[in-house]
Amino acid sequence: MAVLEVKNLGISFGGLRAVDDFNLEVEKGQLYGLIGPNGAGKTTIFNMLTGVYKPTDGKILLDGEDITGKPTIEINKEGIARTFQNIRLFADLTVLDNVKAGLHNQKEYIYSTLTGILRLPRYHQAEHAMDERAMELLKVFDLDGEASYKASNLPYGKQRKLEIARALATNPKLLLLDEPAAGMNPNETQELMDTIRFVREEFKMTILLIEHDMKLVAGICEKLTVLNFGQVLACGETSEVLKDPKVITAYLGE
Amino acid sequence: MKKLSKTTKSSLITYGIVVFAYIFCEIFMRTGHMSSLLKGILVPLCVYVVLAVSLNLTVGILGELSLGHAGFMCVGAFASAVFSKCMMETITVPTLRFALALLVGVVCAGVCGVLIGIPVLRLRGDYLAIVTLAFGEIIKNLVNVIYLGVDSNGFHVSMKDAMSLQMEPDGLVIIKGAQGITGAPTDSNFTIGVVLVLITLVVVTNLVHSRTGRAIMAIRDNRIAAESIGINITKYKILAFSISAALAGAAGVLYAHNLSTLTALPKNFGYNMSIMILVFVVLGGIGSIRGSMIAAVVLTLLPELLRSLNEYRMLIYAVVLIATMIFTWSPSAIGFRERYSPAKLFHKREKGVQ
Repeated sequence: MAVLEVKNLGISFGGLRAVDDFNLEVEKGQLYGLIGPNGAGKTTIFNMLTGVYKPTDGKILLDGEDITGKPTIEINKEGIARTFQNIRLFADLTVLDNVKAGLHNQKEYIYSTLTGILRLPRYHQAEHAMDERAMELLKVFDLDGEASYKASNLPYGKQRKLEIARALATNPKLLLLDEPAAGMNPNETQELMDTIRFVREEFKMTILLIEHDMKLVAGICEKLTVLNFGQVLACGETSEVLKDPKVITAYLGE
Repeated sequence: MKKLSKTTKSSLITYGIVVFAYIFCEIFMRTGHMSSLLKGILVPLCVYVVLAVSLNLTVGILGELSLGHAGFMCVGAFASAVFSKCMMETITVPTLRFALALLVGVVCAGVCGVLIGIPVLRLRGDYLAIVTLAFGEIIKNLVNVIYLGVDSNGFHVSMKDAMSLQMEPDGLVIIKGAQGITGAPTDSNFTIGVVLVLITLVVVTNLVHSRTGRAIMAIRDNRIAAESIGINITKYKILAFSISAALAGAAGVLYAHNLSTLTALPKNFGYNMSIMILVFVVLGGIGSIRGSMIAAVVLTLLPELLRSLNEYRMLIYAVVLIATMIFTWSPSAIGFRERYSPAKLFHKREKGVQ
């Protein structure tokens, strides 16, 4: 069954039709790419999927359940986590605390404010378990050595990785990556590709990503949807889509 | 794990400073080496420390500028003073009476924090500062016009004058408008004050290093990202704001029970006070709990210690403020500090030997 199913999704800002009749189906464990020129509406779709914008029409189904128009927090609890095009870390918190903040809603780590203030046994138990889980996640991204650093002191590439780690901490069914390779040099991009592949294997994660870097897209995505002016231009297997003359004209240049 | 012990150590040092200062003051007092002027300032000192630490929760941890902190202090002060005056005959043990008054004051201020927080926290930055400033002034002015009396029929409230309360002859006017509350018991002392300071410190530091504190700081650092990982923005903002208000209420209780006459003047509950507390917080370092505590103590003691300099004392006070500000926040001063910090100099010398 499809983890994410989007049917006839559309949104208008006043008279501007930003996204129109958008359909998407992402299978479990798939690595799906969403590409398109600047202003095509890719991030707008992400924002609708995560509840930042309310779609004007259409439906979003996560594991068969309708999540259209739900608030961001609820959608995260349902199982969609994301990263941002411009990195949004909790800059003044430590690397470890960034991930621990991601564990906020995991049942096994929840305790009340009063428990925290009074430092009841539950506090120590939950914090200890949180530390372990967070370190585990950091190790996956090779960030465990920097756990006590302030997030803003990490180099750019590691900040991107930390953002993915934080998103994974919320234990999602679907991970949305908004231009994960933006601002990276070829080496870092290569490393990132490996990380994304690893995350997918390790966590059996379903990933939907927006990307401009064609090498990355061609390298790791199984399926692609190409967006142009808010409409689907092409959709299908990566190799075929990238050969499509329409796509080449619109996006890659003639 | 290493980091956990580090934060625990840091908070233990803070508690240690308070206990040490308390013992130090007690010894001086017992041996008669403390002037009556200084003795009189001990409880207000505790009041300011509690206020500064509690405001730091809003400004430093939640990251929102609030200029109405004295308003919550005012609520706590008056609610508890009314309680204590009513219970003066019923409860004769001062400490118990104070403890209950504290509870009343804290709860009233906390509820006010929630009520004001719900509409106000929709705003951010300068707008929030202006609206909290207004709420602080509203609270102070409301308290100034309230007449409250109690007689065999219960409580009477008026906003006109004492006559319009229409009380039975056995009635007792508790709040006389601008004259405030007179004859309330003075139940607080330095020991109680220090205990309250310790409670405040424990509450705030434990809160900061808990799941809730992390959520609050996540909102401060990046609201959109916090939302994206499922943190309820409104809930945690109001929670932090009302805990901060409740602690300011506790400071108000301490303040009220140190005086026999309690009136709401611009000096004690107006925006002057709010800004003074903010000065403590900014000078002590936004987000640093120990810092705001030390800043509150130093900046309260300084004008008193400089009293012999007469008219120059406020001048020196201002110079100290500016100098501290530059030393703490100016980029070149930060660079200077880093270059010549004792730890670094020591480290360099070590390297030189090798």
